[in-house]
Amino acid sequence: MKTFDLIVVGAGIVGAACADAAAAEKLRIAVVEADIVGGGATAAAMGHLVALDDDPAELALARYSLTLWEELRELPAAQFDRCGTLWLARSDEEFAAIEAKIERLRRVSIGAEAIAGSELNRLEPALAPGLRGGLLVASDAVVYAPNVARFLIERARGRGAEILLRRRAVALDDDGVLLEDRTHLAGPVLLATGCALPDLLPMLPLRPRKGHLVMTGRCPGFIRHQLLELGYTESARGAAASSVAFNVQPRRTGQILIGSSREFGSVGREVSLPTVHRMLARALEYLPGLRTLEVLRAWSGLRPTSLDGRPYLGAVPDRRQVWVAAGHEGLGITTALGSARVVVDLLLGRGCAIDPAPFAPARALS
Amino acid sequence: MSGVVRAEIDGRAIEVPAGASVAAAVARVTAVFRSSVSGTPRGPLCGMGVCFECRVTIDGVPDRRACMELVRDGMRVRTRG
Amino acid sequence: MAERYQTIVCGAGPAGLAAAIAAAAAGARIALLDAQPHAGGQIWRPSVRYRLPARARGMLARALNNGRIEFRPGTRVVAAGDGEMLVESATGGARLRYESLVIATGARELYLPFRGWTLPGVTGAGGLQALAKQGWPIAGKRVVVAGTGPLLLAAAATLRRHGARVLAVIEQAAPVAIRRFLTAVPGWPRHALEALALRARLGSVPYRCGEYVAAAHGTIALEAAEVHGREGPYRIECDHLAVGYGLVPNIELALLLGCRVDAARSAVRVVTDDSMSTSVPGVFAAGEVRGVAGCAAALIEGEIAGYAAAGAARPVARLARRRARARRFAALIEGCFALDERVRHLADTDTILCRCEDVPLGAVQGHPDARSAKLATRCGMGACQGRVCGAALAEILGFAPDRARIPLFPVALSSLVDPFTADTAEPPP
Repeated sequence: MKTFDLIVVGAGIVGAACADAAAAEKLRIAVVEADIVGGGATAAAMGHLVALDDDPAELALARYSLTLWEELRELPAAQFDRCGTLWLARSDEEFAAIEAKIERLRRVSIGAEAIAGSELNRLEPALAPGLRGGLLVASDAVVYAPNVARFLIERARGRGAEILLRRRAVALDDDGVLLEDRTHLAGPVLLATGCALPDLLPMLPLRPRKGHLVMTGRCPGFIRHQLLELGYTESARGAAASSVAFNVQPRRTGQILIGSSREFGSVGREVSLPTVHRMLARALEYLPGLRTLEVLRAWSGLRPTSLDGRPYLGAVPDRRQVWVAAGHEGLGITTALGSARVVVDLLLGRGCAIDPAPFAPARALS
Repeated sequence: MSGVVRAEIDGRAIEVPAGASVAAAVARVTAVFRSSVSGTPRGPLCGMGVCFECRVTIDGVPDRRACMELVRDGMRVRTRG
Repeated sequence: MAERYQTIVCGAGPAGLAAAIAAAAAGARIALLDAQPHAGGQIWRPSVRYRLPARARGMLARALNNGRIEFRPGTRVVAAGDGEMLVESATGGARLRYESLVIATGARELYLPFRGWTLPGVTGAGGLQALAKQGWPIAGKRVVVAGTGPLLLAAAATLRRHGARVLAVIEQAAPVAIRRFLTAVPGWPRHALEALALRARLGSVPYRCGEYVAAAHGTIALEAAEVHGREGPYRIECDHLAVGYGLVPNIELALLLGCRVDAARSAVRVVTDDSMSTSVPGVFAAGEVRGVAGCAAALIEGEIAGYAAAGAARPVARLARRRARARRFAALIEGCFALDERVRHLADTDTILCRCEDVPLGAVQGHPDARSAKLATRCGMGACQGRVCGAALAEILGFAPDRARIPLFPVALSSLVDPFTADTAEPPP
């Protein structure tokens, strides 16, 4: 019976990045995925590469990961589009907080610029009048994550990784992992399963946080940057049972992707019209011209959310040879590459590029 | 069915029987209703609103399915052929 | 604020008209919806040139002049569930509440891609029939009708009535299958008479069996059809190529509501019991959406569904016998006109499969299912929401249909907002 150096469970963007990072270290790895590569939250996500500055640990992880994303920007499949993020302030209070954000981003070498209210419509003619101002982070970008996940898996396969698709892991044991078809894979296990983590590791609190997205028909040039309200961070970090926050993205096809919504307690994938209504009504406050656009598709996704919103990265205490890289909430795409390097460094007993302590799984167990 | 209706297709004055669709009116001017996403010429396929290949601009509103709308007097239609 | 009905009938073709009339007779208040600007569905689509048959005119008059039936044309169902649906029409979005629902959404054509099929001038067979009826300038134009099924003859006859020069009907079913059909058809006298009438109308038009169109040629628009004939390939210069390989039931609304469906390649259908009840309480289905079986079956099933939806118990034994006969005829057609394997392989790797996003067949081969293909290639992400390419993929690669999602049709963003705005007290920013 073969023993692997590492078995990665889950081939979403995080698992694919872990597989790629491990294979690059010449580890003999297997990847087990219950469905298709990049078909879960990875497929539902906006693909926004964004620096959220409110949590220093997340910001450090994001900064590290964004540097790694730059290495993939020429990959055609990634469809990397540096459209930048324009954060929008509606109130004096939101506007006043911008200077502190600029400083926090500057400290990690991310350039950001305050935009006066009078200048906003030059940058984005479709914005509603009367916004207080904004913050432009020009280096932020958008990628098409499902293709990147497939690329990373193929790169790992090219380095000898065994890729088992449409095979479900059902239980961990002392030697490895058992699959639904009774196959047993022996070796250390890295769980990158997203929302399915509790199925294999119920000890780490993880809840799905449902989000909705709406895709319009083609209207090239309607907006140029990813647009976010400054209240987005509160929606993401807050514990509210349900909330919406303005977040729209220009796609390379000329379509507009409209978000965002968050709710706990709903695990079905059906699209909720009342939630879509709230989300779109919010969006119309910032971009009234959206009214006449056509909606072609709507879908929902489940963000894997840990006890504090930060991912679990590292060894699982009290388990032999079980590691985890999961629980990324809304930052899974942004922080996938950095997360993978951190976990592989920890696995190999090396120092990490960032402090891994804030992400330690142990914090959830005390 | 009696009577005719007059519309303008790509600037040309066209007459159709009352009850005719915009698609029927456009066909009197051109076989090409629009371009695909990679620029190839397209016209109606299904005639019943399923395929979206017959989309034209009607009275300034883009992306209207020509086979699903009846011609009204004075309508102005633009193709993207 | 929602408008309330006891029964909403989705689709105003023969099945929907019959359902609405029956439900109204049982005392219910009905909304009868159709996405088209007219009632009658496809088979009873009004023509700018000639009147509908008397039976069709009679049913339309009975339904549209009925005080209990509110006919809403140009209205598409965007979402539905739990007794409420969101619809959109020229006046915007509206919410409608219902106690029961009849799905009579009919069927669309199956398009199998082949080289050149995206050229302007290439249409469905039923597609060109529909275009002709809505006033398309077909008089004097050279038309080749191709594909499979009795629909080709009906389409050819309609086109001739509108003045087209039908140069040939190219039927992929082999001569032996056509002979089997013609031998059996006298068992259904009405259909036999229809067949004879069609034969008479199409007297001089060549009916070529065991042949299929392999490609369409032209630069900006169609110029010629290339036929794979029994004695070798040949070309026909023409202005229109009307190709249809059968019908695909429009099950999207039923799927969204969670109704049980059967699927065998592109032949999907909603499953019901003998009272036309689907697996979802309060939701009924009638006509082609239950499996293609023609007008007679649709009328009977619509009547059964309408009474059932209105909660009226009616003796259905008489209707059941007629329905069984109609369904047996449908099975005969299905058997005789089954697709030759070769017509599933007319496209090469460069042939466009997804017309909305210009995705070639080669990009999609190698994916395990429709969803995987969609995520990797954009196939199915366009305006038709996978209706055209999805059925082709089901037929060519055996892909199961992807789950239905809202919106069921592209919808103005305002229609997703305005109908819900009165309800909510949005917290101040």
